[in-house]
Amino acid sequence: MGQYIIRRTLIAIPTLVVISFVIFIILDLAPGDPTASLPLTVPPEVRERIRETLGFNDPFLIRWFKWMSQMFIAEPLNATEQVFNVSLGDSEERLRILSWSSRAPVIDTILERLPQTIWVLGTAFILGVLIAIPVGVISAYKQYSAFDNVGTFVSMAGYSMPVFFTGVLAIVIFSVWLDWFPSFYDTTHKVTDFDSFVFQLKQMAMPVGVLALFNAAALSRFTRSSVLDNLNEDYVRTARSKGLRENRVLLRHVLRNSLIPVVTLIALQIPGIFAGAIITETIFRINGLGKYLIDSILAADIPAVQTLTFIFAALTVFFNLIADVTYGLLDPRIRYD
Amino acid sequence: MATTRERTEETTGLDQRAEEKHRSLWGDVWRQFRRHKGAMVGLVLLAVIVFGSYFGPWFWPKDPFAIDTSLANLPPSVESPFGTDNLGRDVLARVMVGGRISLSVGITAMLLSVFIGTAIGILAGYFKWLDGWLMRFTDLFLALPILPLLLVIIMLFRDTLRAQFGPELGIFLLVVFVIGITSWMQTARIVRGEVLSVKEEEFVLAANSIGTRKRNVIFRHVLPNVLSPVMVAAALGVAVAIITESALSFLGLGFPSDFPTWGRLVTDAKDTINITPARVIWPGMMISLTVISVNFIGDGLRDALDPRLRSR
Repeated sequence: MGQYIIRRTLIAIPTLVVISFVIFIILDLAPGDPTASLPLTVPPEVRERIRETLGFNDPFLIRWFKWMSQMFIAEPLNATEQVFNVSLGDSEERLRILSWSSRAPVIDTILERLPQTIWVLGTAFILGVLIAIPVGVISAYKQYSAFDNVGTFVSMAGYSMPVFFTGVLAIVIFSVWLDWFPSFYDTTHKVTDFDSFVFQLKQMAMPVGVLALFNAAALSRFTRSSVLDNLNEDYVRTARSKGLRENRVLLRHVLRNSLIPVVTLIALQIPGIFAGAIITETIFRINGLGKYLIDSILAADIPAVQTLTFIFAALTVFFNLIADVTYGLLDPRIRYD
Repeated sequence: MATTRERTEETTGLDQRAEEKHRSLWGDVWRQFRRHKGAMVGLVLLAVIVFGSYFGPWFWPKDPFAIDTSLANLPPSVESPFGTDNLGRDVLARVMVGGRISLSVGITAMLLSVFIGTAIGILAGYFKWLDGWLMRFTDLFLALPILPLLLVIIMLFRDTLRAQFGPELGIFLLVVFVIGITSWMQTARIVRGEVLSVKEEEFVLAANSIGTRKRNVIFRHVLPNVLSPVMVAAALGVAVAIITESALSFLGLGFPSDFPTWGRLVTDAKDTINITPARVIWPGMMISLTVISVNFIGDGLRDALDPRLRSR
């Protein structure tokens, strides 16, 4: 197993390099210009100098290597410096990935936006799992009962309704008609006392609810089929014939075995959730990573797009790895050689 | 041939009844498919939506592009059952036109993605020396962050393609192409798995041993036997493509607003949602209903094409 983890991690590194190269090629075709957002009064010589200092005129491969060194050497060093409050080498001279539109280091903006995204997405994700697993288990255990039929239909509907539609619908119903929740997310809001905490809950309710419904839909269907597969196994009959109580059979024997593939799916879903963030954050105007990505795309801010897309790709690769490893750890029948 | 059959019929006592009872493979599939309630409801619903989108304008001959600001933001009424938008255009007519585009995008993108997926799956499964490379390639695509990349590609090539093919066809080709080339991976994986097992079957060995050309082995023996997962993938692929297209339009990077698709209609309507909620609800509902019916059809197909279930 250890060997397998090491091998998979080693394969992940060239994959990420290739991915960053592919993203770089695609972005290189962009007609983006770092000086496009400057006022028209800036003379052409100055524009040229700005391009020069940003390294825009370098050959393609040089720019790619520069980006790689900034991403994998400069930024980690910087992070270490900030965490431990020390100075490593010539930290003043070190080049960071700079956004073309804000001229600020991209990583700083990402770290600033990350908490909003994690808060909303994380809560939605956990809530989704907490809904999906009991629903899936009960649906499977009482197959074709009213609960199962309703559950199947709701999850099919939740799975089929695009998030941007359910989101807009939720705004119409809960914010315009019922006036329960605010229609957009106030990122600057700080939780200081009970009232502001209640407000925080209120403004989180809709984005979290919409995303949780979507996540729970696919997961509960998957849980249901996994439990159904296990209910027909011989070990369940054995457990029952030993006289175990039904609760114990279901929760100890069946659930444990059925959750193995579910855990894998959960790990595989996480990167998709970050992609879903782009849409959710646009609807509810949450100032998170997804919003940052779409804003950078619309502003043709190539360094920011490159970095963010790469981070999304790294998350995908990482969670794929986690999924495979947990599958091997949880299921001793799986042997990776 | 005819005489041999007559003779066998005489000797075995088979009469016309046996002939009538003859069941074809697709007849069996259809019989099983009809038993799946959800799939039948989905099929009817989809047929209604497709019919409404393509032939609806004959029954509802309002011009979806006619601007009349004196009729702006009207609530649903007999004249315009879904209301009008901020420029006085009839929403029902726009939903119909939008449906045509959304469905065409979904179907074309699905065809492209299924074609690529099946081709790569068959090549990887059949030719051992290609397998490693093609699967590595598939894994690479699976690790790409699809939605961000789609957005980036569309932003980059939108203007070039519009200049090349005109505003409508250009963006249509671009959207179909990017959705197609980023959604074939699952099909490729499933097809490869099926080909790997079909390849070991005796009929393939027989075909090979009588000297059938590789091309014919693939097209006559392997391909027909992996069609069932391909069909399921195709059904679900339409749903994925429609959702992706509408998400792109929603984010402002799909079709332009003078070119209504369901996703675009939701986007354009979301700012006036407290005045005319019907403008959001109908196109959104159409997307959801189409996707839900396609998903149910996919479910039904999967059951119908699985011979283990069919015997029940």
